[in-house]
Amino acid sequence: MKYRKVAVVGAGMTQFVRRAKETPPELAFKAVRAALDSCDLTFADIDAVCLGTAPDSFDGIHMNGEYLSNGAAAFRKPYMRSYVGGGTGVFVPIQGWYHVASGLFDTVLVVAEEKMSSYYPHAQAAFLTIFDHTIERPLKPNLLWIFALEMNRYMTTYGISKADVARVSVLHKRNAADHPCALLGDPHITVEDVLQSETLAWPVQRLDVSPVSDGAVAIILAAEHVARRITDKPVWIEGVGWCLDTAYWTNRDLAYPRYVEVAAKMAYEMAGIKEPRKEIHIAEPYDPFDYKALHHLEGLQLAERGRAIELYLNGDAERTGNLPICPSGGLLGVGNPIAAAGLMKVAELFWQLRGEAGQRQVPGNPQRGIAQAWGDLMQVGTVIILGR
Amino acid sequence: MSAKNPYANVVSLSEEDFSAARVLFRHDKLIANYAWDSGIAIGYFLAGLKAGQILGSYCAKCRKTVVPPRIVCEWCFRPMQRFVKLSDSGTVNTFSICYVTWDVRRISEPEIPAVIEIDGASEGNGILHKLGEIDPQEVHIGMRVQAVWKPPEERCGSITDILYFRKV
Ligand SMILES: [Zn+2]
Repeated sequence: MKYRKVAVVGAGMTQFVRRAKETPPELAFKAVRAALDSCDLTFADIDAVCLGTAPDSFDGIHMNGEYLSNGAAAFRKPYMRSYVGGGTGVFVPIQGWYHVASGLFDTVLVVAEEKMSSYYPHAQAAFLTIFDHTIERPLKPNLLWIFALEMNRYMTTYGISKADVARVSVLHKRNAADHPCALLGDPHITVEDVLQSETLAWPVQRLDVSPVSDGAVAIILAAEHVARRITDKPVWIEGVGWCLDTAYWTNRDLAYPRYVEVAAKMAYEMAGIKEPRKEIHIAEPYDPFDYKALHHLEGLQLAERGRAIELYLNGDAERTGNLPICPSGGLLGVGNPIAAAGLMKVAELFWQLRGEAGQRQVPGNPQRGIAQAWGDLMQVGTVIILGR
Repeated sequence: MSAKNPYANVVSLSEEDFSAARVLFRHDKLIANYAWDSGIAIGYFLAGLKAGQILGSYCAKCRKTVVPPRIVCEWCFRPMQRFVKLSDSGTVNTFSICYVTWDVRRISEPEIPAVIEIDGASEGNGILHKLGEIDPQEVHIGMRVQAVWKPPEERCGSITDILYFRKV
């Protein structure tokens, strides 16, 4: 191994809510404090801080990294903010990983925070600025367009029905009913509920989408010699990968996320994984929309192209199934405070692999899990593999 | 569950907390004005639109014609060899039937955004635009479409010089 081993030793998160009274630094503080307490560390034990948060336009505050720094325990410490759209929540622990793997720092705090509610009345309008200013924005696009366009292409290419895709939303929202921080958990939701929800941008309906939300998540990474002093249950970062596809999104194959494949293969190679479908026991693919979980499972090589839906139809995706998917409840159920939502998936793997996921615990002592996020203008893939 | 609860509560607000002023808040509008240069490649593209043409660019190394045009081929990172005139017709790669505007207002008459693969460009090379003059229920992937242009005197070198694409 050409890198130092890096473990996750602690994790904490806030509730995800539609609108929190707390400011962004206050949200970050609550998550960081919970993470530090979870492994009996203090502010003084942290060597460096990596922070992820989405575009400044949500907060209306330029230099959002600095704005968040005190709440993120970054005062007078080496500190860095990263942002790769929705991929940020899984990119920021990758950044934390190389801070430690390189030998530069022994203990690194990774924080992801998002407050989407400040943009009034709806954060959606802030997304206009992600489109090309000259050849796309004059068409007044909304963010739903690109998801709807991709979802339609994906469903049509493989002949997948809306009713089948709705199974994803149903499973994730039901799973989220067991998560104490969830915004949209619902143990009784059905496929009919999803199919009868308001059509926003066909084929996208209200319950195909995760809600905008506020929240924060923090995890703590440590080099091996430090991790073993902190906990007898370290969870190791076994592989990381990330990749950016062409920025010309209308030139890409919208039915298959090639960039997720490249990122996943980088992570699998680092982890020494040859057969992901046998060696991965829990998957937390990024699920801001239900079809995205399917799209990403295929990019992660956990299903053949066009066939990820079978995992949901045959029960494999359930917590008691062969490949539990989003046992946390995912973005569809827990909520989607962008950067925080991705890191929530990494925290979920940490709790699952330590047997600390409570009502959500996947049975059978899972050994290894994968989390993935996706973002920018639909072309960044970020992947992390945790194992014990 | 570990001994310590890793989940922190927050104070959750509702819309009424704002509308009934049960919480203190400050409302403000950020005004930001920009004038974006078109750049080299999109400059040609916009000039083409003004003249009623869709332009792409051709990479001699990759033998690929892409649209919108650019000066560098991202596949081989060589300069594009030339700008090329494409047809103003194409094929619907994908589409949506959208009932909300960019700022989330509901509309009863849906918009139909689409990715349209432009004839003359390499396979899979499309642009974002809208479809018009069609019942949304009739639209399908693979449908052949043609640009409907503004009259020449109204064109100003903008993507909206094409009003929409219609079925041929
Ligand atoms: Zn080339």
